[in-house]
Amino acid sequence: MFELLGIPPQALFGQVLLGLINGSFYAILSLGLAVIFGLLNIINFSHGAQYMMGAFVAWMCLNYLGINYWAALLLAPLIVGATGVVIERLLLKRIAHVDHLYGLLLTFGLALIIQGLFRNSYGSSGLPYQIPAELRGGINLGFMFLPWYRGWVVVASLVVCLSTWFLIEKTKLGAYLRAATENPTLTQAFGINVPLLVTLTYGFGVALAGFAGVLAAPIYSVNPNMGADLIIVVFAVVVIGGMGSILGAIVTGFSLGLIEGLTKVFYPEGSATVIFIIMVLVLLVRPAGLFGRAA
Amino acid sequence: MLTEAAPSPAKAATIAPMLKVRGLEAWYGESHVLHGIDFDVAPGEVVTLLGRNGAGKTTTLKSIMGVIGKRKGSVVLEGAETINLPSRAIARLGIGYVPEERGIYASLSVEENLMLPPRVRPGGLSLEQIFTLFPNIKERLKSQGTKLSGGEQQMLAIGRILRTGAHFLLLDEPTEGLAPVIIDQIGATIRRLKQDGYTIILVEQNFRFAATVADRHYVVEQGRVIDMIENDQLDANIGKLHGYLGV
Repeated sequence: MFELLGIPPQALFGQVLLGLINGSFYAILSLGLAVIFGLLNIINFSHGAQYMMGAFVAWMCLNYLGINYWAALLLAPLIVGATGVVIERLLLKRIAHVDHLYGLLLTFGLALIIQGLFRNSYGSSGLPYQIPAELRGGINLGFMFLPWYRGWVVVASLVVCLSTWFLIEKTKLGAYLRAATENPTLTQAFGINVPLLVTLTYGFGVALAGFAGVLAAPIYSVNPNMGADLIIVVFAVVVIGGMGSILGAIVTGFSLGLIEGLTKVFYPEGSATVIFIIMVLVLLVRPAGLFGRAA
Repeated sequence: MLTEAAPSPAKAATIAPMLKVRGLEAWYGESHVLHGIDFDVAPGEVVTLLGRNGAGKTTTLKSIMGVIGKRKGSVVLEGAETINLPSRAIARLGIGYVPEERGIYASLSVEENLMLPPRVRPGGLSLEQIFTLFPNIKERLKSQGTKLSGGEQQMLAIGRILRTGAHFLLLDEPTEGLAPVIIDQIGATIRRLKQDGYTIILVEQNFRFAATVADRHYVVEQGRVIDMIENDQLDANIGKLHGYLGV
């Protein structure tokens, strides 16, 4: 078997796949953050907790109600998204007119409360969630072994990300969203219900986090801290892509996952920090992010 | 200052006003900008608000449309009080608003800008009718909205509200910064809309342009309507108007 720069292909492509898996979660989560920031101007710090809720809802569906993975994949985002709608209506709406910082602080507090509630109820050691029977096992591609579930995660993420991009960039509803993002006052003066759009957009962004949580449940153990561990990296992804940029969130999410995976192969010591180093460089050279528009 | 229903042409004496504004006050934050605006607009009329910079003309339009933070008084459109309605509900009553800065969205194509406002009433212009009025727009449908020239943006801003079926238009300085040939085209469009029965409030600094399209002119100063001049009396009152406008 050939080697690339002295690295066996199984190790190299294994890490590339791992990078793509991480990139998939970065992309969906940063996409949700970008959608929310774009319209609400809120840096949704509870996004990681809402991702964790998605995983827990899937776990509860299976263990309490006997609802399988596939049904949970639809149900959990709806449930988590509905909690987002409630949060927006009850809390975020009240601070819509003040500085972004208040939104960040409020959602940070919410994240701590949500994590605390789940930690109290389920502990922090993690709960197992089985890979669905249809996606167990994998295929040997010769240069690497591809587990079906991991392949599914990458494909599902790509489909969700591209569908979201299409919805926002190519449909009438997306035009409403972009218009309301750019000039909410005028958009409302055309007879468009901007407050409803805001609520639904927050719910949709949160549902994306819930969807990522369900995808993650069989890969990582379901535990209250799973979102907190991820959210800082996801924020770095959003900053690199450009705050509020839909395409930036998707492209940067997958790319940084890959870069992180390759760094694990060639310089493992740097893999935990490479994304943050890239963030610093991007901020120095292009503060609005790679795909962001300068203010 | 006008304290009662404004004197109006003969038709206004017999036709109930389409818009009745009484004691309209408005604020930007702590700044009190309108101090009790009173005026009427009859159905099918073109009325201008004239006045110096900062007099309160644009704020009056914004207050009618409900896009200002705080307002009070009374704005009655076709018998319906709108002062407590959100702007989206006011738009649904059939008012189309073209803001001073035209409000073309940079993140939308020309076509998306044109199709953005929902239809609020039946009877809006079809796309073909809009393209007949403004042929330039048809050729630029796929362009980014803000890549259009100032004149084309103004045409797009007017065209997109004509699609909605709104029959009462608020146009804020539609000729500002435009070349004379484009101003002529905008003027012709307004006269055509008037012939078709649209009711229009026009904010203008350029009273020479206003005289070519309007039935009456309200003069706004320091947040109040201080005079009303019939268009056919404009020549007789030109000295007074120059005084108001500081020309």
